[in-house]
Amino acid sequence: MATLTDVKRPPRQTERATKKRPRTSGKDLNGAARFRPAWMPLLWLLAPIGVVAAFYLYPFLNIIFLSFTDASPLSGNGDFVGLENYQFLANDPVFWNAVLNSVVYAICVVPLMVALPLLLAVLLKDHIPGIGFFRSLFYIPAISSLVVVSLAWTAILKDNGTLNTTLMDLQLISEPLPFLTGRWFLLFSAMAVTLWQGLPYYMVLYLAALSNVDRSLYEAAAVDGAGPIRRFFTVTVPGVRIMMSLVGILTMIGSIKIFTEVHLLSNGSGGIGGESQTLTMYIRSVGLDPTYGSLGQGAAGSVFLFLLTLGLLLMSQRLNRKAEEQ
Amino acid sequence: MTTAALTSRRRRGRAGFGTVQGKALALRYVILSVVGVLLLGPLLLPLMAAFKAPGEPVFGQGASLIPREWSLDAFVQLFTQTEIVRFIGNSLIVCGLTVVSALILSTVGGYMLSRRGWKGRGIALVVVLSTMIFPFESIMLSLYAQVRDLGLYDTLPGIWLPMMLGPFHLLLMRAAFLGIADEVEDAALLDGAGEWHRFWYIFLPQVKGSLTVVGLTAFIAAWQDYLWPLLITQSSGNTTMMLGIAQLQSSFGTDYRVVLAGAIAALVPIAIVFFFTQKYFFKGVEEGGLKF
Repeated sequence: MATLTDVKRPPRQTERATKKRPRTSGKDLNGAARFRPAWMPLLWLLAPIGVVAAFYLYPFLNIIFLSFTDASPLSGNGDFVGLENYQFLANDPVFWNAVLNSVVYAICVVPLMVALPLLLAVLLKDHIPGIGFFRSLFYIPAISSLVVVSLAWTAILKDNGTLNTTLMDLQLISEPLPFLTGRWFLLFSAMAVTLWQGLPYYMVLYLAALSNVDRSLYEAAAVDGAGPIRRFFTVTVPGVRIMMSLVGILTMIGSIKIFTEVHLLSNGSGGIGGESQTLTMYIRSVGLDPTYGSLGQGAAGSVFLFLLTLGLLLMSQRLNRKAEEQ
Repeated sequence: MTTAALTSRRRRGRAGFGTVQGKALALRYVILSVVGVLLLGPLLLPLMAAFKAPGEPVFGQGASLIPREWSLDAFVQLFTQTEIVRFIGNSLIVCGLTVVSALILSTVGGYMLSRRGWKGRGIALVVVLSTMIFPFESIMLSLYAQVRDLGLYDTLPGIWLPMMLGPFHLLLMRAAFLGIADEVEDAALLDGAGEWHRFWYIFLPQVKGSLTVVGLTAFIAAWQDYLWPLLITQSSGNTTMMLGIAQLQSSFGTDYRVVLAGAIAALVPIAIVFFFTQKYFFKGVEEGGLKF
């Protein structure tokens, strides 16, 4: 602790002092940093870093460990069983079906989630009177929790819900469409919820990026006779390209681990016979079912989810670099 | 994903390029209104059915979008026939714990992570950053086993424990403290202020905005979380609000008005908070890339 006497007599910059702290060299550090005893940061970081280590780092290492054991959801850590859990997954058609569902989910959601919020942001970027009101209004879907949104959309998409009733009144269909029960229908309905709820959030990210686009580029393009659509593709899109790839990565990670929308729209079942189950739903049901569940198999699925996320992340980075080079 | 911090508030001031006037302005308002209806309709229209009187068809042929007769009957049922008060109470306890722990831990940790010149700073930062690459969904089973082994399965502290501090919050507070000049700290040191005094009287008062962002996002994340409480609770005694209203779908499937009334009850507190603290919401989104 830096006491008053220390302050009155600051340590001289002798060679010994610099040797003692070779990495911090002393010169570029301010006084407070030089007076701080070595144990002080440890004391301050004990709790925060401890929590991060206990509830993020340790569980991550533990999930890898658990995936090689036959742990049960009820108690204990189980015995080492080698690659058995991974073999089980590889031979489980339900698992591959869940992977397929999650991947299809990402493939459908990502392009739309990259493009639509950008259009919305372009609509909201100009500072016209009352724009703050519209920005806040448009943000309401994003602050509504997924549970609330899913319950509201269930009311629209039910067999006798608003959408089916309207379509039947218009004589477009004679039988209600199975929005919440059909294998792909359920997934597409959930995608609609994801998109609708995520739009305003990514819109705000794009608004931030748009405000950094040099306005003289727009003026120059307008002078050259470029219309609004031309300006969008030649000025706006290149200007927010970095944000577009960030949104792409974020939404891809989000889609692969999708859970709540599909779970709630199907009232927990994942569709008839669970055939619309996503990867996260599979992990939960395999890992935690009190009678048939195996924490080890669920953990193997979790490791797969992590590797899938990591793989997609690295792949998108590579694609980005390639696009930059061209 | 702190790379989302691509903008500063100062720059936003001159964000408008090209002024919109006359007919173009009127057209812009028309488009904005249409898009607004499309965005809010799918949420507000179904929720309106919660105000229908008993006996009025909620769905199907002959049901109107807007209630023919406005009634609070569904809300009366919600509060008398379900344990909604308990759900709200449980959620508020979890939210309160989360906000307090997130604020304390993120400021204390963020402060020291922002100070330079001590051994282990690099390692500490790497530990925090490395947690951002794996999704919660891939560690939820081991968290479950951990909380179960602590004997906290199906308890409110069990819900709170894994979300007591988000790495985002630590990094957000670190960024806020980084913005404070070294000279300020040195001046306080010369006046004889120890580490704690400098933190409490010099640093903390300068980051009130970021503190609000951390508190708000912690509250909303805890209020809206669904997957983790679903895994770790079993009895209705520890059901949170989100779980509770989702369960109404099964217990009140025949009277969907009550389900929608529950959805409104879950939405209204957040909507009120949002309208009073909008600028912090957007600050959180832009600077921290925080998604609620």
